[in-house]
Amino acid sequence: MTASATATQAPAIAARAVSRRFGDRQALREVTFEALPGELVAIIGPNGAGKTTLLSILGGLQKPSGGEVSRSPREVGWVPQQTAIYAKLTVRENLALFARLEKVDDPAGAVGRALELTGLHERADDVLSELSGGNRQRVNIAVGLLADPPVLLLDEPSSALDPRQRERLWTFITGLVEGGRTTVLWSTHDVGEAERHADRVLVLADGELLFTGSPQALHAEVGGTERDFEAAFVRFLHERGH
Amino acid sequence: MRHLLVKDLRILRRSPLLVGLLVVYPLVVALLIGFALTRGPEKPRVALANEVPATASTINLGGEEIDIGDYAQRLFASVEPVEVDTREEAVELVRSGDVLGALVIPEDATRRLQEAVNLGSVGGDPPQVEVIVNTQGPLQGTFVDSLIQTQLLQANTALSERATQAAAEYLDILLSGGSFTLLGQSIDILGLQRSVQVLEGVRQSLPEDDPQREAIEQVQNFAQLAVDNLDFSDEILSTINSPVQVETTRLEAGTATLDDFTIAVAVSVSLMFVCLLLAAGMLALEREENAFGRLVRGLVSRLGVVVEKLGLAALCGGAVGAIMLVGLAVFLDLDFARAPAWLAALALASLAFGALGVLVGALARDVRAASLLAFLLSLPLAFLALVPPGAVTGVVGTVIEVVSAVFPFAPTLEAVQAAIAGDALLAPLVHLAILLVAFTALARLALTRFGASG
Repeated sequence: MTASATATQAPAIAARAVSRRFGDRQALREVTFEALPGELVAIIGPNGAGKTTLLSILGGLQKPSGGEVSRSPREVGWVPQQTAIYAKLTVRENLALFARLEKVDDPAGAVGRALELTGLHERADDVLSELSGGNRQRVNIAVGLLADPPVLLLDEPSSALDPRQRERLWTFITGLVEGGRTTVLWSTHDVGEAERHADRVLVLADGELLFTGSPQALHAEVGGTERDFEAAFVRFLHERGH
Repeated sequence: MRHLLVKDLRILRRSPLLVGLLVVYPLVVALLIGFALTRGPEKPRVALANEVPATASTINLGGEEIDIGDYAQRLFASVEPVEVDTREEAVELVRSGDVLGALVIPEDATRRLQEAVNLGSVGGDPPQVEVIVNTQGPLQGTFVDSLIQTQLLQANTALSERATQAAAEYLDILLSGGSFTLLGQSIDILGLQRSVQVLEGVRQSLPEDDPQREAIEQVQNFAQLAVDNLDFSDEILSTINSPVQVETTRLEAGTATLDDFTIAVAVSVSLMFVCLLLAAGMLALEREENAFGRLVRGLVSRLGVVVEKLGLAALCGGAVGAIMLVGLAVFLDLDFARAPAWLAALALASLAFGALGVLVGALARDVRAASLLAFLLSLPLAFLALVPPGAVTGVVGTVIEVVSAVFPFAPTLEAVQAAIAGDALLAPLVHLAILLVAFTALARLALTRFGASG
């Protein structure tokens, strides 16, 4: 967490008793949490825990069956797991299109800033299909940032990237939260990545929020004797019956 | 290899929709083609207005009384006759669509037919029956017309046989002598063979200055009759060829020709493929590129996405249709003054097809599936719409009519044809507008069901 994030700050985004039901299956059970400005929050949990469902509700893609979210979808940047941009358009065309759809005041300026942010100035006129997976993902994230949202949601942003691309991606994301302007919440299966980059982790299992706190706090929760964070996470789930 | 085959069969077994489609689709297409190619048209309902009085329903051919009613029945061997009393009733039934067409036998039919086959009444018009059809298009008109004309031809052939017999009897009288009845009077004819004998006898027995007036008069009468009969020969042949003439009346029919119909088919098929494939493919592309969820998360409404896709398809389809019509107009002398009607028809047809395409795109997960679905849907729809109304009756006919009515191909065909021919355009345009609204609503609903996950 950046130095600016303190407990006394107003939350950048908050979920209050958010629930989601799909038929007989309860995907989320009254999840409540807050994320502070400039905070990097990882949502972790086993498969089917409700991570993507929670992000979808925070991003306005789904409506909750119960509860509420403090921000409207237009105030939240959304970056899906798979790149949601057009493969036959260039980087610049993709950014310009979404800048206009976002109705930003200065689309050309927003595109310039996004290119600056992604470091893709030289590839601005390349079509997306010619870019590497890592660069496509950077454009994908940049689209989510075009409207300069205070909160950015990323659904497993690094799952399809190799280690070098992942490292560049995290340099990029951590750059976003510096200065406390943007709060980033991301879901991931990679608990090591969560330990390295997250100020705070939310542990979900079977739709229930089991833990919220720093990775170190989670480690301590299971006695601090496990060899690494991943082992501590697995033990935590086991102790909670998952 | 065996393991691969087993694996594929297992996958197919677990894909009931795909297997169902693979089985049902060729069956449906085969059934449709089978109906069209091998099944003779069922008996369409045709009204019969026989205005000939019952007391005057016979004619005399070669001394034999022929009941015209018997020949009228032959006309209806291939149709289901609906007997009415007057022409007006027949017209009303045709207008209302209760019958596909009508045949009117006028009051003077038997008299004229009798006159036509009588040697002494040459010069009168042959009897003329009236075929009334209510065509929704030239194909249907041709179908109904040809059906009745075929039956009339058969009846004419039967009458011709009788007339030929009568003519042969007249010729026999001319050759051998005898008598025949004309206007109630029996006339004795000497005959060519006997006249030769008479002339020979006169020549040998009489002095050159002894006038045998009676024999000479007989020869003179016969000669005159022979001359007159030779004058009749054209009419006699005409009567034998076609004893009954046919006049076709088209009720509320458009002026569309078969050429117009052909052009309309070409344009409609092109519109259908362009609009369906484009709309379905472009919407599916949004899902395939995962952009749909991003778009509908507040940037564009789902209805906005639907409208944009069908608008794109309509623009491209309409342009293709317009280019086709302009090109064809140059070669086929279409009336450019009707261009506004062309554009109206093309615009609504493209929009309706576009809306159907968007629905297909909303139901498919990716571009390939959407394209395949659109293609599979297009062919049977076009095929069904080309089956002339009335060509297939009963439940199958009703199903074909309903299916044709709820998809845009048939009204598109009607609209484009009417626009080309200058016929009434409002009804098909309204039909297309209704389909546009319905398919747009269904597409919007389908997008809701599939959510923003794409």
